[in-house]
Amino acid sequence: MFSGKVFGALAGATVLALSATGAVAQPKDKIKIGFIYVGPVGDHGWSYQHDQGRQAIEKAFPGKVTTTFVESVPEADSERAIEQLARTGHDLIFTTSFGFMEPTLKVAKKYPNIKFEHATGFKRNPNLSTYAAKFHEGRYIIGQIAGKMTKSNTIGYVGAFPIPEVIAGINAFYLGAQSVNPNVKIKIVFANTWYDPAKEGDAAKALLDQGVDMLAQHTDSPAPIQAAEARGKFGFGQASDMERFAPKAQLTAIIDDWSQYYVARAKAVLDGTWKSEDTWGGLASNMVVMAPYKNMPDDVKKLAQETEAAIRSGQLNPFKCPIIGQDGKEIECKGQGALSDQQVLGMNFYVKGIEDRIPK
Amino acid sequence: MTTFEAILLTIVTASTPLLIAALGELVTERSGVLNLGVEGMMVMGAACSFAAAVTFDSTLLGVAAGMLAGALMAALFALLVLGFAANQTGSGLALTILGLGLSGLIGAPFVGARRDPIAPVDIPVLSDIPIVGRLFFEQDLFVYASIVLTVLVGLYLMRTRSGLTLRSIGENHTSANALGLPVWRVRFWAILFGGACAGLAGAYLALVYTRFWSPGMTAGRGWIALALVVFAAWRPGWVLVGAYIFGAATVLQLHAQAAQFGVPSQVLSAVPYLATIVALLLLSIRHGRAIGAPGSLGVPFVPDR
Repeated sequence: MFSGKVFGALAGATVLALSATGAVAQPKDKIKIGFIYVGPVGDHGWSYQHDQGRQAIEKAFPGKVTTTFVESVPEADSERAIEQLARTGHDLIFTTSFGFMEPTLKVAKKYPNIKFEHATGFKRNPNLSTYAAKFHEGRYIIGQIAGKMTKSNTIGYVGAFPIPEVIAGINAFYLGAQSVNPNVKIKIVFANTWYDPAKEGDAAKALLDQGVDMLAQHTDSPAPIQAAEARGKFGFGQASDMERFAPKAQLTAIIDDWSQYYVARAKAVLDGTWKSEDTWGGLASNMVVMAPYKNMPDDVKKLAQETEAAIRSGQLNPFKCPIIGQDGKEIECKGQGALSDQQVLGMNFYVKGIEDRIPK
Repeated sequence: MTTFEAILLTIVTASTPLLIAALGELVTERSGVLNLGVEGMMVMGAACSFAAAVTFDSTLLGVAAGMLAGALMAALFALLVLGFAANQTGSGLALTILGLGLSGLIGAPFVGARRDPIAPVDIPVLSDIPIVGRLFFEQDLFVYASIVLTVLVGLYLMRTRSGLTLRSIGENHTSANALGLPVWRVRFWAILFGGACAGLAGAYLALVYTRFWSPGMTAGRGWIALALVVFAAWRPGWVLVGAYIFGAATVLQLHAQAAQFGVPSQVLSAVPYLATIVALLLLSIRHGRAIGAPGSLGVPFVPDR
């Protein structure tokens, strides 16, 4: 135990010393990059898009960068997988799920000379960056489309877990819908899983059975949008373009595009300019991309394109103040004219008009 | 279609794969072999059935491929636990891991492909009965097959000589062997049957339930099927009850959320598991008989030489 503590202290001191002197910033000729995925690369959603980013790195630096990935890593078991990559000579390791946060931090502290990048988390270290995408920007747009197109005046949302990222998405979606259709109603179902195609499909069917005709999803498989297609209703793709699963139902999709970021970070390691940072990109930085707007009338398409342009240029923020909570009280505005990043990242309330309660 | 009917239809779909897989495992376990590889065999069934169905554009061939894949996986398991008297728990777990990996490999070229829904088979006259008619007599063939399978497995185990042989081997393989009963042969076929059923359940998931392939899509259903066998106290009728309670609770909790009942979704997600345990517990109490696992369950058979 004693030696463990000493080792930890030494390692910590090394980190400080190295980062203070900048000794880690050495250009490299050849690097090895590792990826940890929470789902299978074939999920056609979250992990698939991260893998697209990995492939973009390979294309961008032929011969200079080799990449490896470990897929379907359970969050509880991720430390072993991350450490395995750290021990096998990787220079940069991307861990791509919120649940990998603590294990990544732990391994990062143990291996101060290796760079780590953790997606959607908030804990950083001199050798650990975090990055995430403002998906809620896209969700505001699809909310507007849903609000315009709904005939039953009830829109539905299949969520994974009631965590801030998902709650913020639901709020952005509903605020978008409300902005064009003040009386629109929303029904929300949590599947309590990121990935279980059959259950996600059942959740979607439950919503459709209860009168929903526009379906948004924040789970990873194409099952919900496919359920909408089978019922002749409409939906939105999640994480990747799901058009081939639902050619008639997909109005658009919110695509995660990590390639630009991943290529930039790989380049930073090659150049020796990598620094621990926190990146939160959206439509403006092409981290969030909207799939072509289809299956909708021209006026709705025009509205969606205008909203997209407004968010991209910074004119419009989905969480522009005032934001009213469910209890009718205004939420304190900690950002400039909109909720602050911290408020969005830690969102734990529904906005006014959502009749459901957040499961606690 | 009313909401009520729609809910009932979804429940049937959610319950069917569990029922089919659990029936197969029940027969395997009744012969005294514990195969923890249901998840692996099921996911292989899903991958192979989808691959075959897309390649040959035939649902029937897809189903056949799914069952064959499950049976082949089971044959591998049989080789280990019968041929080499290997530890059944370890071999079963290995089978699950192998199945999850191998199915990803086989299914990789078919990710993103999709198939059209299978038309339900309408049984004339009967399907016109209100509510029950639509529910029970206008389903896809798998649903009918699963009900028929339950009855057949029940009849086979309890009413035939061959079924009696299988059960006695499961209860005490040493005595059965002494009586001259073919322990290995019976167990081999029981394991194969279990694999084919798991494969069929996987085929149902890929071809009817979701209609696409994606890796690991069984998402733990194999484990639920295993649990159902235990909760049903190794009786086919109760497996049916358990599977439907589980399916009903799963679907109803989603509807309860959509209807804004105000109960936390995490609690609701646990309901299917709780409901299954409670219901089957009550059933076993009412039945008034001691329920136990087959006597030789999980014990490798090594005859005296």
